[in-house]
Order: sequence, then C-alpha cells, then structure tokens
Amino acid sequence: MQGYIYPNEFELQWSLLIVLYPYITGLVAGAFILASLERVFNVKEVQPTYRLSLLTALAFLLVATLPLLAHLGHPERSYEIFMTPNRQSAMAMFGFVYAWYLMVVLLVEIWFDYRKDMVAWYRDSKGFKRWLYYALTLGSTDISEKALRFDDSAGRWITIIGIPSAFLLHGYVGFIFGSVKANPWWSSVLMPVVFLFSAIVSGIALVLLLYMITTLFRWRPINMACLDKLAQFLFYALVVDFSLEMLDFLHRLYESEESIEILSQMIQSRLFLSLIVLQILLGTVIPLVTLGLFSPGLKRGGFVKVRPEAKQLVYLACAVLIQIGIFSIRWNVVIGGQLFSKSLRGLTVYKVEFLGIEGLAMTLGLLFLPFVILWILVKVLPPWTDQEVGRLAKATG
Amino acid sequence: MSRESKITEQHERSDAVQQLDRRQFLNEMAAACGAATPLLCAFVRLPATQADAYEPTEHYYGMGVDPAKCIGCGRCAAACKIENDVPAEPHFVNTWVERYVIRAGGDVEVDSPNAGIEGFSPLENEQGVLKTFFVPKLCNHCDEAPCVQVCPVGATFMTQDGVVLVDDQYCIGCRYCIQACPYGARYLHPEEHVAAKCTFCYHRLVEGLVPACVEVCPTEARVFGELEGLPTPLNRFIRFNTIQVLKPHLNTKPKVFYANLDGEVR
Amino acid sequence: MPEQVPRLLAVFLTASVALVIARSLLVPDTFGDIGHYRAAATDSVVAHQKKYAGHQECALCHGQIQEMRLAGNHRGVRCEVCHGPAANHVSNPLEVKPPAPQDREFCTLCHEYNASRPTGFPQIDPADHNPHVPCIACHEPHAPEPPGMPGDCSACHGQIARQKAVSHHSAVPCTTCHQTPDEHKVNPRSVRPSKPTERDFCGACHAQERLAGIPQIDLTAHNPAYLCWQCHYPHYPGTS
Repeated sequence: MQGYIYPNEFELQWSLLIVLYPYITGLVAGAFILASLERVFNVKEVQPTYRLSLLTALAFLLVATLPLLAHLGHPERSYEIFMTPNRQSAMAMFGFVYAWYLMVVLLVEIWFDYRKDMVAWYRDSKGFKRWLYYALTLGSTDISEKALRFDDSAGRWITIIGIPSAFLLHGYVGFIFGSVKANPWWSSVLMPVVFLFSAIVSGIALVLLLYMITTLFRWRPINMACLDKLAQFLFYALVVDFSLEMLDFLHRLYESEESIEILSQMIQSRLFLSLIVLQILLGTVIPLVTLGLFSPGLKRGGFVKVRPEAKQLVYLACAVLIQIGIFSIRWNVVIGGQLFSKSLRGLTVYKVEFLGIEGLAMTLGLLFLPFVILWILVKVLPPWTDQEVGRLAKATG
Repeated sequence: MSRESKITEQHERSDAVQQLDRRQFLNEMAAACGAATPLLCAFVRLPATQADAYEPTEHYYGMGVDPAKCIGCGRCAAACKIENDVPAEPHFVNTWVERYVIRAGGDVEVDSPNAGIEGFSPLENEQGVLKTFFVPKLCNHCDEAPCVQVCPVGATFMTQDGVVLVDDQYCIGCRYCIQACPYGARYLHPEEHVAAKCTFCYHRLVEGLVPACVEVCPTEARVFGELEGLPTPLNRFIRFNTIQVLKPHLNTKPKVFYANLDGEVR
Repeated sequence: MPEQVPRLLAVFLTASVALVIARSLLVPDTFGDIGHYRAAATDSVVAHQKKYAGHQECALCHGQIQEMRLAGNHRGVRCEVCHGPAANHVSNPLEVKPPAPQDREFCTLCHEYNASRPTGFPQIDPADHNPHVPCIACHEPHAPEPPGMPGDCSACHGQIARQKAVSHHSAVPCTTCHQTPDEHKVNPRSVRPSKPTERDFCGACHAQERLAGIPQIDLTAHNPAYLCWQCHYPHYPGTS
C-alpha cells in the first residue's frame, strides 16, 4: 500500500477469475469470427480450421460462465439474473447475450454444419453412439440434396447473424468495464472496441495454435497456405488492436485528467511488468514485427523467406507470445483498475492466492477445462475435413 | 410534496405533544423522588410511542456534514460498527473519517487510520502546514446511484424515502456495485458474502430516531433530516452554508451535503 | 418447410416455456411491487435491532442530568457518546448498566491537542495538562468548564503556566516569587512584576537541611556570583 486508499478498498473485489472471464469470452468471439471468415467472406485457405474454430468457440463458451459463478458471493442465487434482470444494468444483459450467442448462434450453426455428418454417423454406428447421434440430429435425418442445400444456406444466414453477435458478446464484456464512470482506468468509450479487436487477435492465435498442434498429433502435413493466411489475418488484427490501444493511451495522456498522476504511478510501478513488458513488448510489438517480416501480411511470401518448418516455429512462437500478451491485457484492465484508490491518492496491492476458490489453481483448472471439453467435442464431432474425405470414400466404396 | 410535508409536520407535532406529556410526567416524578428516579423508572417505563405506522412516501432523507465542526474523534465510525453489527475485522466500514493535511506548496496528505475509529494521534510533523482538517465520509445515498444502476438482479435499490439499501437475501455477491461506487462506500460483507453499506440506520429512521453516527457526534458536525419541505434542519443547513457534494462531475446527485468543503477532498 | 425448422423450433419452444415456468416459480412474491426490487427487503432491514437508544430515551429517567447537560458546554454531546450504546440498558435498566469512562484517554479522544481540529475547540496536551489527574476530578463531564477560568496570570502567561504545571514547582503559586502590583493587569508592559533579587530567596527552600526531598545546596559554595535564576529556569527546574 502506498498513499491513501479508502478503508473499504483494502481488498480487491475482482480477482484472477474475473481476469479469466474476458480472456475466455475473447477467445470465443475471436474463434467464431475466424470461422465466419471462411463462411461469409469465402476465404478458402482457412477452410481446414472452420469446424475446429466453431468447436473451440463452443468449448470455451461453455466454460466462460464458470469463473463468474465461482467468484459470486452466492453462486446458488445466480439464476436471479435470468429471473429479474435489471434492465438498467449492463451486467444483467449477460444472461441474454450469452443465451443468444450459445443457443441461437453457435449451437445452431454447428448443428446445421454437422447435420449431414451426424446422420451419416448415426447410420454407421451401433448401440449408444447410434442413439447419441440420433439425439443430436434431433430426429431430422433427411439428407436429400434439397435438405442439404437448406442446411448450407441456413448456416450462412446464422453466420451472418453470428458476426454481429460475436461482436456483441465481447463488445459487451468491454462495456461492463468501459461504462464504470467511477473508475478512470476503465471508463472509456474505446473499451468495447479494444476488447473486441484483442478478442479477434487472441481467437485467431488460439486457432492457429490448435490447428498446428492437432495436425501434428494426427501426423498430417500442415497446410502451409492455411497457416500463412491465418498469420496474415493475425497480423492485420494485431495492427488494428495495437493502434486502438495506442490511441486510448495517447488520448488519456493528452487529456491528462485528474487521474493521470495516479495512473502514471501505477503503470510505472505495479503494472510495469504486466503492461510494459508482457502486454506491449512481448505480447504486441515483437509478434507484430515478426509477423510483419515473416507472414504474407505486407508482402506476398513475407520479407524474410525461410523454410516452411522454420516459419511454422515462428508462427507458433508468435501465437504463444500473443496469448501471453492478451492475458496480460485482461489482467491489466481487471486488476489494474482496482490497484489504485478511487480517491486517486494511493495504490494498493493484489496478492494472488494459490489454493482457494479464487486462487491460481482454480484459474489454471478453468483454463485447462475448455481443452478437455474440446477434446470430447472433437471425439464426438470430428472436425477434420481430410478424415471426412477418407471416411466418405470408405462409405461409398 | 407540500401536502406530504404538512402531514409529516402534523406527525411530528403530535409525537412531540405526546413526548412532552410523558416528559412532564416523569420530570414531576423526578422532582418527587429525587435521586431514586432512575431506579423507579425501571418499573414504570412507558412503552415507546410509535402508534402510527411508518409511511415511507412522507419522507425524503439526506445528511449535511460540516467538516469545520469535525474534531476527528471517530465516535461516528465506532458507533456505526456497533449499531450495524459491522465486523470489527477486517477494515470494512459504513462510515469513516479522513484527515487532510495541506502544506504550503500544495502537498496533500490524507490518512484514516482504522477508519478513524480510535481517533487520530496528533500530527507528527507540523512543519509548513497550511491547513489541516477532518472530513467524515459515508454512503452518499445518491439520487442517481451508480450502484443501483449496475446491480444485475435488483438487489440494491432506493427506498421511497430516498435511502439506498441492499437486499441481503437477494444479492448474488457479484460486486459490480462496489466497483461502480465512486466513493468507496461499499464492501463485501465478510460473513454474509453480500454487498453491504451504510443504511442511514434505516431501522432507526422508521422509529423516528437519527442515524447512530449523528446521535453520537459530539460537535453536531452531522445534520440529518428531511430534504422535502422548506423548514427542516437539513434545508436550513443547506441554505446557510456554501454546499458542495463529492465528485459532482460524475453526476451521481449525492444526498450527503458538505458545507464549505475544500477542493482537495474527493 | 424443411423438417429441420420445426425440430429446432420445438427445442426453442421447450426452452422458452421452461424459462417462463421457472420465472413464475422463482421470482419472489413482492418483487416489483414498488420498484425493481423485493419490496419486502426493507422489512428485514427494519427488523435490525438498534444498539443506541437515543438521548430522548435517556432523558425519560435521567431528566436532571439531561437538563444539566443541555445547559452546559456539552449540550451537543449526547449521553451515548460517552456511556456507549444503551438500548440494552433501556430495556433492562437494572441488569445492564452502561459504562462511565473514567480514563483520561477517553476525554483526550476529543480534547487532545491536534492541529487538524477546528480552531477554538478546547484542546490540551495530555502530557502537560495535569498528567496524573483524571479529567473528571476537575471537570464535571455533564457540564464541563475550564476549572480556573483563564486565571490571573495564566490568562496571559499560558505557556509558563502550562510548563510550571508539570514541573516540580507546580504547587508554588506565581505570586510566591513575583510581587505583582494590580496595575500590571492594566499596563502590563510599564508596570512589571518583580523577580527574586536575593539568593536567599531560593535558599529559603533549597538551603534548609530539614526539608527532605528538596534539592539542597550550600549557598556560599555554589556559584556565589550569580542569582539562582540566571542559571536555572524556575518555571521548569530540571526533571530529576
């Protein structure tokens, strides 16, 4: 503690778990927007990641509520947010935004996309699996040409609705912070937009990682055109994201409101590692320069030409750095916004506990859980297009 | 509103008449019994006169604070913890006292050791002190309360008489209201795990009593009362002092009014 | 209509109906009666037990003390400021007795000198101000007055008076050493009080073998060229 803080500010209210929440929803929104690229804008190169992106979004969306739930003082009362939502409250909209996105967008899009396969799997398998796939098709087993055409166009429309919905989901998370006028670190009209673009960055980086890892484990060759395209989009998203962040930063600095003094102190002391080093240097500038040099973002084939294996490693490193950077952004927003007193006269400290319901172990567990869910989803609904080709060949042959 | 305030006045008057009668009776008895009065009273104490049910629409409360009268004894903060069963540990409080020390050159130091509950020890360094004073703080019961706005489930609300309360059986403990409060007036109750705050001692108001902090303030630095109706003690306070509220730029419309507040206070 | 649509609609309809049923079951009775909150919530706040009875209650039995208080300098200091929360005493006057603080530490919560307190508020330095005497020995807490209203000498020479009060000479009146004509009070600078001019004046106490406990010296051997107060400060003559 340093300077003066109000007596009730001795304890931080929103802990590591709340850092996790915007991080996870960001991954959801980002992964979904990547999937939409292929669907709506017809970017053929990223097609191998389309279904993987959707399943990733679903896996993370299912976990997104858990850190919130674990953090509540009374988790058993959480249903109230659906029963008596306060229409004035940004947070009350959570239930609706989440339900809309999960039920109307993501699940329906996945359903339409997988229906043909689910019917095939239902017909191919026996016992429990047969019933599982039948239940998943909701009994809709018509795979005539006409029905499939409907699936395709319905899926396209859902995606078109889905893009603004994904923007809404994560923009809304940004709004929860950006609309708190009591907190000068949060209160910014740019907050939802910054959240959104950092979400896209983190989502693309995650899918890139997952694509490389899963392909590696399946002993398939990595589709370099796909990877290059992902890296290219990652680069563009990163440029926009970084520009917005710098705009926000400059705007604050130039306006120099009464909070500027304490916020500068905070950046120089409490947030130096997580903001200057992790978020900006390691998480943004280094990947930005690297991707600018190696990816086809600025020049076809990149400025630096290396063997595909080396390039894969470069992309992998960038994606990992970007994940660290985006997590740091969430940390700096959520924790940073609570490290200074609203009296603007002092700084407090946040000590992460290891065990306990809001501790590090819980956070790591919740961070690991989506990957378990994704693994199950991938088992039930294999997203691989190459495998699908083989299986169809077998089925027809 | 004038109709309502008239009703209020009538209420107060009839209460006063009843109390006067009771006091006269007891005083006469006191004269008769001398020193034995307290003992005697133990047996003849009358039940409290609260015959009429409390009608929240007939009131609208606020508080005036005069920092120039505050001596930093911290009795308000201490009494509040007792009156409202606020856990002694950790530091959470509904009301607290801050000390400002402004030195020539503009350096400002603020402190509030244990919320001022044990009072303030004398300044260690009086060198170059331009001015120094105490400021009591509490929930401002804002008319445009950000905490009420952000509560996702409707567990914090403003009563019809203008008091911001928490429904401790309905609060989910998300703490958004604590984040939204610009004044640091809220905390998560360490045992109940719900948001908690100053209630203006709502349980006392309905009995016609003032909040505990006002009751025990030895210098009458806090004035509690009605905001509606012209001739009220609070409106007199507002009329005869230059009034400031905390963080007015946030447009929360606080109902705690500070007299001649220094600009350094926030 | 393709068969997918009615199947999906059925799922959504089920979910919507479930939500409506849940709402009708789970929303509390009084929710929304007044505003977007549980109207009954105020009841549980009101049910909170008060601890401070309020001075009006005290006056019912302790009328005389109340009147004394209202007439004095503590007229704004209500009973429970010092005696603590008394609601239990009110409901059970014989069993529960509120405390009456006797310690200096309690009074100094308000009256210890503190630069941040408002100018004019009565304050003392507890280390100087009769450090070993309980406040209530001199001041009636229900109607306190400064005991010697700014006395003859201390009215102007407050600093000396305060220093003397904590010194070994605290019991020696000013006029023992200073002959003070009445005219001094009117023209303090032109008519001045006397100071001791003889070593024997101090010697009356400090050169008498028989006065035990008082430091003794030999007047003839101890720096005979000087008057005592030219080296010693009689208002605060050492600490040993």
